[in-house]
Amino acid sequence: MMVAETPAIWTRALEKRYQDVVAVRSLDLEVRQGEVFGLLGPNGAGKTTTILMLLGLTEPTAGEAHVIGLDPARHPLAVKRHVGYLPDNVGFYGSMTGRQNLRYTARLNGLEKAAAESRITDLLTRVGLLDPADSAVETYSRGMRQRLGLADALVKEPSVLILDEPTTSIDPTGVAETLALVRELAHDHGVAVLLSSHLLHQVQQVCDRIAIFVSGEVVAMGTLQDLADQQSAGANVIIEVGADGLPEQVDQTLRAVAGVSGVEADERDPRIRVVTGAPGIREQVARALIDAGQIPWHLRSRGMELGEIYQRYFSGTMVPPSRRARTQPVDEPREKPATGPPASTLTGTRPPPARRPIHKGRIASGTNKESDPRD
Amino acid sequence: MTEGARATDGIPESRRKERVPGIPAGWTVIAAKDFADHILSIRFTILLLLLGVIGAYMVYAISGTIRDAAQVASGSPQLFLFLFAGAAEPTEGFAVTFVGFVALLGPLLGIAFGFDAVSAERAEGTLPRLVAQPIHRDDVINGKFVAALSVIVLIFAAVMLFIAGVGLFRLGVTPTGDEALRLATWFLVAVVYVGFWLALAMLASVLFRRAATAALVMISAWIVLVLFWRLIGPVIAGLVAPQRETDTIAQQVGALTTQQNVLRISPSQMFSELSGVLLDPSQTSLGVVLPDERAIPSLLPFVQSLLVGWPLLIALIALTGACFALTYISFMRQEVRA
Repeated sequence: MMVAETPAIWTRALEKRYQDVVAVRSLDLEVRQGEVFGLLGPNGAGKTTTILMLLGLTEPTAGEAHVIGLDPARHPLAVKRHVGYLPDNVGFYGSMTGRQNLRYTARLNGLEKAAAESRITDLLTRVGLLDPADSAVETYSRGMRQRLGLADALVKEPSVLILDEPTTSIDPTGVAETLALVRELAHDHGVAVLLSSHLLHQVQQVCDRIAIFVSGEVVAMGTLQDLADQQSAGANVIIEVGADGLPEQVDQTLRAVAGVSGVEADERDPRIRVVTGAPGIREQVARALIDAGQIPWHLRSRGMELGEIYQRYFSGTMVPPSRRARTQPVDEPREKPATGPPASTLTGTRPPPARRPIHKGRIASGTNKESDPRD
Repeated sequence: MTEGARATDGIPESRRKERVPGIPAGWTVIAAKDFADHILSIRFTILLLLLGVIGAYMVYAISGTIRDAAQVASGSPQLFLFLFAGAAEPTEGFAVTFVGFVALLGPLLGIAFGFDAVSAERAEGTLPRLVAQPIHRDDVINGKFVAALSVIVLIFAAVMLFIAGVGLFRLGVTPTGDEALRLATWFLVAVVYVGFWLALAMLASVLFRRAATAALVMISAWIVLVLFWRLIGPVIAGLVAPQRETDTIAQQVGALTTQQNVLRISPSQMFSELSGVLLDPSQTSLGVVLPDERAIPSLLPFVQSLLVGWPLLIALIALTGACFALTYISFMRQEVRA
């Protein structure tokens, strides 16, 4: 099932236009086996359209898509045989039981009867629906339906799993269980998971990589770290460092690192040093500490919460790349020293809430780059 | 996403042929499931009861008149057909026949099993899940059509066998080979006729998101095409091709033929005419027959009757096919999302 080299899903310049409305614009996506990939974006951003194209249920206007190495527009059956799909607002036949609904899916997928039966029971147990399995679905709550939907998507033993808003109506414990199951499927069974959601903290919990989708365009893609770095490109980053050795010595080491512009003690825990500096210094800081024999026991970037990143993208002023005039692309190399033009992608963004401490007499938001002392 | 978003979603030809080994043809699975659903549904029970009651009434009513008919048509081979085509009470007005009932109520059968075929899947939110399984999109339409038509065949066959059975055992009328052949053919014609209404109802279920709208539209179509057409039809026909005193015979025949064709806009008219030809061997023509053209009264063999009805039969099949094709196309072009 696992093919190491070929990504489970990849798209190149994928585009979907409805008359003059662009639903998805020039999408380059890559989801590897064993990875949970999050499509994060507000409603109507084109997430579902993208998913439908990947399933061969909608024709792309331009560009190409490959799922398990096949073009879904040409081989929809082979693709759909191996792709489990949990639609947004999943529905079931109300007069049939949960088990019967899954049985129908198994039959449509040509599963062998006995094997299907035991798999269905397994899955119903996994999603916690074994007890109500034999009562009609019309008696189920919305959360139960969504769990059943996950089981339904897994009946065919997919190698790719596409989940459209999988947790919107599940209660918190259910969400945790669902996300744990998703993570297990990806990491232990090598299933490639594409998860679309507008609930960022869930995406944050479970996704290895994330693409932020705004009005049909990916405005940012990468790991949580990448996104944070992209966001603060040009601006200072703040790192909490705790390392072996005397604080003064640690401070000395830290100050010596190229790009570090300030070191202070944390207000609450003086052992923690708060380092301000150019993007990408985290790596150098870690190296310098280890080289100096001051092994870090705490190293954490501040302001990397996805909520903050997300908030910036959706604060209303964020313009997708293609609609920007001539400005710096989002995916600019993050190692670039902070001497370039201001991170204009962020101009006008309201200062991110909380987290970013007031530092050296100015707000360390990503916007006020001009005052970077290193310029 | 948007309403207008549907139009561009065609399915390329290349898709059509794909088969993945180990997966059964999707329409068979869908048809099997829908068939089971129909059989267990309340509407099936109601419609079966309704047609059963009508069938029972027909047998009861016919048994009164069939003796007279038998005396008149003693030794005639059409006595068994009389069970279905014969008027129960040959009053001056509306002749009550089983065939007439089928022409009248058959459409309701098609509508009942078709009006929510696709919209129910949409309403329950099962359509996206269904088409995400390894099936072609047309499997949905095909499977549903086959399932509904099978149920209709089942109901028809049950009621017809009931009438035939009572005819055989209680009244002692036995069919000849010719009669059995005519009856079987008529049965198929009836299935095509109801199939037309089924296809039309399914079209409505594709076009209208709400089952209630589709049902209302279909009931209106039924009232206009089946009930009112008998009243409106002749009026329109008279306007389209008026007959004047001064016309020559040829002109009058032409006008009558046009009028007849206007009436045939209603499929139920076509079905009634076809039934007449198939179940009454003495009917030798569908068109206008002038008094001096009338042939010596004789009974046509089955094949000749079939030939007489052939154009109408083809028209009815074509109509059903066209309706199904329209359903098919509009479904294929629709967006999956609700």
